[in-house]
Amino acid sequence: MLSPEELSALYLSAKVASVATLCCLPFAICLGWMLARYEFRSKFLIEAMLQLPMVLPPVVLGYALLVLFSPQGWIGQVLAHWGIELAFNWKGAVLAAMLVAFPLLVQPIRLSFQMLNPQLEQVAASLGAAPLKVFFSISLPLVLPGILMGSILGFSRSLGEFGATITFVGNIPDETRTIPIAIYTLIQQPDGEAAAMRLVLLSTGLAFAALLANYFILHRYQRKLGQS
Amino acid sequence: MLDCQIDYQNAQFKLQLQLTCAEQIVGILGPSGSGKTSFLHLLAGLLRPQQGRIVLNHRLLLDTQQQIFVPVHQRKIALIFQKALLFPHLNVEQNLRYAEGLQPLAQRKFEFEQIVELLELSRLIRRKAHQLSGGEAQRVSIGRALLSAPQLLLLDEPLSGLDQQLKQQILPFLKRIQRELQLGMIYVTHHPEELLELQATVYQMQKVQGISRLQRDNVMPLIQPVF
Repeated sequence: MLSPEELSALYLSAKVASVATLCCLPFAICLGWMLARYEFRSKFLIEAMLQLPMVLPPVVLGYALLVLFSPQGWIGQVLAHWGIELAFNWKGAVLAAMLVAFPLLVQPIRLSFQMLNPQLEQVAASLGAAPLKVFFSISLPLVLPGILMGSILGFSRSLGEFGATITFVGNIPDETRTIPIAIYTLIQQPDGEAAAMRLVLLSTGLAFAALLANYFILHRYQRKLGQS
Repeated sequence: MLDCQIDYQNAQFKLQLQLTCAEQIVGILGPSGSGKTSFLHLLAGLLRPQQGRIVLNHRLLLDTQQQIFVPVHQRKIALIFQKALLFPHLNVEQNLRYAEGLQPLAQRKFEFEQIVELLELSRLIRRKAHQLSGGEAQRVSIGRALLSAPQLLLLDEPLSGLDQQLKQQILPFLKRIQRELQLGMIYVTHHPEELLELQATVYQMQKVQGISRLQRDNVMPLIQPVF
């Protein structure tokens, strides 16, 4: 049904999006919690920087990544010492996807923390739970719907990432040619339209499945908490 | 045995009080805004006073001069809020076990079954928090507090969300706790009749020139006859 090239693009997209979402999660949870719970002077700066990837053209992000993370770039030079190379391989695609997906992960997580009643945490503490224990046994399970929703949004956004990825890591088959880039490549070819259509349908299906999964898991969890 | 002296100030008001008591049940009355809840939060360690000293059962919990501040989770003071605040992702048994599990075996004061029996919770044990009535949920939250093996139980208007009939279903349990478990309680309310029923030693919170003070008071004249 799918050609080896298409399968490779599908596998690569799934891998990049999953790894990007997983790598974003710990940071997104920390930042979401911080933004929900604390007021501080430089907060507006953090919020602006957080929103920046959503309003900047992805090509600009890709270029910035290239400047910073290429082997000659500021950060790339340091990473090269450790044997880590990001430009023009799939790990770079993960970094690009993380950058564009991160704001989408943070927002729902932050909202969930804002809706969490802080008195529940105070009760847990007064029962003898140390702060970390409170966080992992009370706060985290109660914001799980937000974490899930953010993950699905971030995962879907990573699947669709094109501009920053192609600028930063290029269009290398089996390494950085994800579904959107494969579609773009096929459309450039004179006889590629049918194959492009198959990939278009595939990515639509993937996105739809992710949203459905999100809906059902959320629904189940809310029923468990008695909110619906 | 509680001995405390606290100076606390925030944007809205100033609280200055001194209390030494050895009674089992201490009741605190006062108009809203007089700082009753803040007092409990200061005792529990949810608030930090500018100056003060708290000693509970010969254990120093707070001394601003020596820069000692025992955090909430190490104070062994359980707090009952107006709402039951059960953990919504856990059922009744898990809520109770949560509190029990936080205590090392040697420090547990009450048996799980003892508390379930005392508060008549066995029928509710498999239910989720949202499947309980207000009175049932409050009983579970009291049980949960007891299983955390506290040295002192703070109750912040625990019956205010309940109607008269339900109150009569909770008060006897509190009396039973006092009688059978010998646990110190500080009970904040603006209903003197609850304190009478618990035979509490009553203190009155008063606002004098923007400063809240705690004064020993005779509660009897405050009670209006019920016809």
